[in-house]
Amino acid sequence: MLPTLNGRIQTRIFMLVVFGGVITLVLTPVLPGDPDYRTTYLILAAVLVLGVLWELVYHAIQQLRWEKDWPTLFGLVTALNEGALLWLLLDLELVPGIDYPYDGVPFWAFFIDFSVIWLVVWVWTNGPMRVPFIRWRFFGGRII
Amino acid sequence: MIDPTAASVVPTTDPSTYLPAQPISGDLTDQLLQTDFWTDDMVAAAGIPIVDIPFVTIGGGIGSFVTVDYLRIAGVPTSQMRVLSTLDFPWQTYEYLTRVSQVPRPERIRSDSASRPDNIWGFPSYGFAEGVRHFDPKVLWGLLTEPIFADYYTPKAGNVFEQLEREAKRISYDEMLVKGLVRIVRRRYGGGYFTILTPPEGASATKRVAFRSQYVHLAVGYPGLKFLPELQRYRTENNDYRHIVNAYEAHEHVYERLVQTPSTVLVRGGGIVASRILQRLMDDREKHGAQTKIVHLFRTYIHGTNDGYGNEEDQRPGGGRTRVTMRRRGGDGWAYQGFNYPKSVWGGQLKAQVRNLEGEQRAELYKRMGGTNTPYRRSWQRQMKQGRREGWYSCVVGTVDEMRPSGERILNRVRTAQGVVPVEVDFVIDCTGLEADIAEHRLLKDLLDHGGASRNPVGRLNVDRTFELIGTQSGGGVMYASGATTLGGYFPGVDTFLGLQVAAQEIYGDLNKRGFCKRIGPVRSTVQWWKWLAGSAP
Ligand SMILES: Cc1cc2nc3c(=O)[nH]c(=O)nc-3n(C[C@H](O)[C@H](O)[C@H](O)COP(=O)(O)OP(=O)(O)OC[C@H]3O[C@@H](n4cnc5c(N)ncnc54)[C@H](O)[C@@H]3O)c2cc1C
Repeated sequence: MLPTLNGRIQTRIFMLVVFGGVITLVLTPVLPGDPDYRTTYLILAAVLVLGVLWELVYHAIQQLRWEKDWPTLFGLVTALNEGALLWLLLDLELVPGIDYPYDGVPFWAFFIDFSVIWLVVWVWTNGPMRVPFIRWRFFGGRII
Repeated sequence: MIDPTAASVVPTTDPSTYLPAQPISGDLTDQLLQTDFWTDDMVAAAGIPIVDIPFVTIGGGIGSFVTVDYLRIAGVPTSQMRVLSTLDFPWQTYEYLTRVSQVPRPERIRSDSASRPDNIWGFPSYGFAEGVRHFDPKVLWGLLTEPIFADYYTPKAGNVFEQLEREAKRISYDEMLVKGLVRIVRRRYGGGYFTILTPPEGASATKRVAFRSQYVHLAVGYPGLKFLPELQRYRTENNDYRHIVNAYEAHEHVYERLVQTPSTVLVRGGGIVASRILQRLMDDREKHGAQTKIVHLFRTYIHGTNDGYGNEEDQRPGGGRTRVTMRRRGGDGWAYQGFNYPKSVWGGQLKAQVRNLEGEQRAELYKRMGGTNTPYRRSWQRQMKQGRREGWYSCVVGTVDEMRPSGERILNRVRTAQGVVPVEVDFVIDCTGLEADIAEHRLLKDLLDHGGASRNPVGRLNVDRTFELIGTQSGGGVMYASGATTLGGYFPGVDTFLGLQVAAQEIYGDLNKRGFCKRIGPVRSTVQWWKWLAGSAP
């Protein structure tokens, strides 16, 4: 990808709202540990809020690259740092608004929901997104 | 293809202007050549038949192709557009230049997977399609990990041409093609333009045909190639065109000789073309037992991180070294970069940045990210390493003071930091690829002199963000330009497939605002993509 900071943030919001929203809607009832919608959507919101902050970090790292690009692989491996931080916050019960069960948020529910969303978003941004939005790839990932 | 003789001559109210009493040649007159704005009557009086068409694109190379491709997808029928060109098919010049500079059909070109001139969406990318079609996990893995753990994927030239052919058929390109050389474009009194075409011998009754259009698009490619002056002088003075060649001219005879007779070749230049020529020379050693010795002459020897001003320690305005945020890898003489500009000029940060810069500041950023460069490819590195180890590949850094014949050979006196050294070789291959000034192209010179066009901070045609040629407006008519002639504008990567598509998108957008074509919104775009996939007409 060839993102600008503005484009990164717009794409992040668009993808998480559209794909994150739909996938969470479909997956929540079948996730292990029976999390409720309130929990899964709050986690999604946390991915979004933290994600915008992460984008600032990525943008800074991108400045060290001569090409000012963001290789395809980076878009995949950043799932690790983002997922780990979020899980840590969930484990410490620091994500606000969630009714934490006595044994915590079920890990596998979090893992599956997070990974599926990440993978779908990653695949979509690396190709199909260019089909409906012809300007998107030439304008740093901006949608508006 | 359209036969220019069949083109309609638009009648004017005065029959004498198209049914002349005395014979006329249908050629340009002095009066026409001296007038910046032409009336319909002037053209008709010269006996030049007029064809009415809303949009013409001049050139008929990749730039024209991607532009009409966009417009066809935006719903413009073939009857509304003409491509004026000397070429039979859009990739003809490109294929010639790549072939002679050692990228035959099975070899891979330079640009990336998503630079698809036959597909405005760049999806599926060449790499994805290749990896899936032939189920090649190596290609797919490469796409996933480039440029960190693998070299950039680049498509095979032959595949690019086949796909272009498919798309040309799909959009009925041939229905729009009119063959001939465009002599000049002049603004029309009352709006729009006259484009004067010289059709091939015998193709039309008159020497010229005029296309009267609201919109003109210029995509004439390189204004011309310049040879290094000392090489040109040697060639003419000694009438020797066999031993001194430019990489952009046919020079297969050199390789044939090298396979038969052990010889020494001087390769000049540090860009991708030099890399290609070296690859050919080294491949011939590996595969055909050639005993070629290679002397590689660099003008600037890059030995580490660099930018467009040169090595770390070289002078740059304002002083200082390369910036941490703006430095490129390099070594062994070369500056390494995947494509001819840093990748983000085609869509990301650098594109956004340059779009907002004017004059000096823009020229400075161009300079800083510019400079001769070539991709780092593992196979090339391996060959050069072997050559250095075995002593048949060596480098010299400097400039050539003088060239003299020495028996059958050529003696070059090279000025280096250590003084002047003689380098005697059998062949010289010039890979410096200097581009000629835009004024050396007759059509462009005329536009600068009579069409209102001007130069940008880098000296090429001054285009706006929409690729409108600034200063050439004519009533409601607009002239656009894309490709190498517009380098230096608000968008840097113009002379590439993707750059030509970026331009085409801007041009389509502007034409859409002017009501010439439909909007390619999400729905139209998706429907059109499926049509592309199915191979059905847009
Ligand atoms: C060796 C080489 C390799 C390249 N490799 C790549 C690559 O891998 N990837 C990439 O993206 N880009 C590459 N490029 C750059 C660029 O994409 C190509 O050069 C591309 O062909 C440019 O398209 P164009 O339409 O501007 O010019 P062209 O394809 O050259 O077409 C312009 C045509 O206009 C015609 N013309 C000029 N004047 C007139 C006139 N007065 N009347 C009628 N016709 C006229 C010319 O005959 C010419 O054929 C490469 C360039 C070169 C030289």
